[in-house]
Amino acid sequence: MAYPASYKYTKEHEWIAVEGASGTVGITDYAQGSLGDIVFVDLPKVGDALEAGKTFGSVESVKAVSDLYSPVTGTVTAVNEELKDKPEKINDDANNTWLLKLDLKDASELGALLNAADYEKFVSEETGH
Amino acid sequence: MAEEANGLRRTALHATHRAHRAKMVDFGGWDMPVEYSGLIAEHMAVRTGVGLFDVSHMGDIQFRGPGSLAAVQRLCMNDASKLATGQAHYSAMLYPDGCFVDDVVVHKLSDNDYLIVINAGTRDKDVQWVRQTVGHMPSIHISDYSEMYTQLAIQGPRAEATLQKLTDTDLSAIKNYWFTWGKVCGIYNVMIARTGYTGEDGFEIYIPSDEPTSTRVWGEVLQAGAEFGILPCGLGARNTLRLEAAMALYGHEISETINVFEAGLGRYAKLDKGMDFVGREALKKIQDAGGPTRKLVGLEMIERGIGRDGYPVHTVAGEKIGAITSGSPAPFLKKNIALAYVPVQYAGIDEVVAVEIRGQLVKAKVVSTPFYKRPKKTA
Repeated sequence: MAYPASYKYTKEHEWIAVEGASGTVGITDYAQGSLGDIVFVDLPKVGDALEAGKTFGSVESVKAVSDLYSPVTGTVTAVNEELKDKPEKINDDANNTWLLKLDLKDASELGALLNAADYEKFVSEETGH
Repeated sequence: MAEEANGLRRTALHATHRAHRAKMVDFGGWDMPVEYSGLIAEHMAVRTGVGLFDVSHMGDIQFRGPGSLAAVQRLCMNDASKLATGQAHYSAMLYPDGCFVDDVVVHKLSDNDYLIVINAGTRDKDVQWVRQTVGHMPSIHISDYSEMYTQLAIQGPRAEATLQKLTDTDLSAIKNYWFTWGKVCGIYNVMIARTGYTGEDGFEIYIPSDEPTSTRVWGEVLQAGAEFGILPCGLGARNTLRLEAAMALYGHEISETINVFEAGLGRYAKLDKGMDFVGREALKKIQDAGGPTRKLVGLEMIERGIGRDGYPVHTVAGEKIGAITSGSPAPFLKKNIALAYVPVQYAGIDEVVAVEIRGQLVKAKVVSTPFYKRPKKTA
């Protein structure tokens, strides 16, 4: 399964897994595939405030830079420090490689995100496959 | 070569690239593979083993007749009279102001027969420029043979061992930037040149551009290189390989607004070759005035960040002084490198500058180029 059913997705290709008031954010398998070899991840700091739909960092492959967009509004509680030295982990397993965790400000924002089936449909429309 | 519905041109190997699930990209109007198995893996294959590239989008213009040397000498800045039959060299066609029409590789096929290999994105412009500039000269026949060849680049330390399996021509006898004709994959009179655009040893072969032949040779090269871990490579790896070797790319390091001395290619401009080539006068003037005011330099990022094409370059104090022409992570060197134009007073080795990366100034230093130089053969 390329896109876990328990996650929610953005049209900018981030996923979020929510447990209570805490969210874990990563990028989708489609995103890592279209970027290619990821070599650099630029993330915010613990305590930073993120806003739904706004950029909070970037991932870079050898060829390209891609901005990261926050699925929801919230405060960063943890950042995956391992990615500083091993950004390629995202290519290896995008679904289980998290970028950051945050405390959600308003869980109702999740309603605006895509579920797995809709995201998969969105990606297939975007690529024309 | 065919054109598809979206207006992009295709090489004879287009179906092969698609069938092997290469990621495709629009490159100068061509639908070309940007990567196959992954850019880093492909880059490393070329540095440590062997890689295969479809570079059929490159163009080929042939000059024949007793006037051909004079035409090439008028068009191109290097001194083609120094070439022996079977020898090639790097050169460029210039506008009267000393800036670039295109950079080219000139091959001397025989006394009255020269082939120049030109870039894909500039093909139509180049052909027009050639006809307009030397078309009136006596005893010369100019042919655009761009559609005639499928051009394959076999690059890397195991390129010779790979290609040697497919030809009885002694490849070890071909020196760097020389070429010969031989039977390759059963095809007679294939031009085999020890040239490339990767900073690595390797060959470029020119085979008939029909699809069955192109597909067959592509497959046979991959099979021959299998024991050396050959990978089909895309333009992504081609770009990072040439960047590590600090080789110019048209539209980036060289263009219609950049002159030869700025680009650091003055050693290929033979001002005293005895033929007034287009652009010579302007170059002479720049030289007499003490040289260019800006220069192409190599940069290595000191702080965390990747400088990329078009990013501005500042002094450490924040004054904008130039821009990056090509910048990328360097997969083999494992550094973030770039080529950039800066005023000559900032071009000294170890000069610290700042690259503007999405609003942030990130430090980099000027380093000597090429960033990567292949090890001398030991065996």
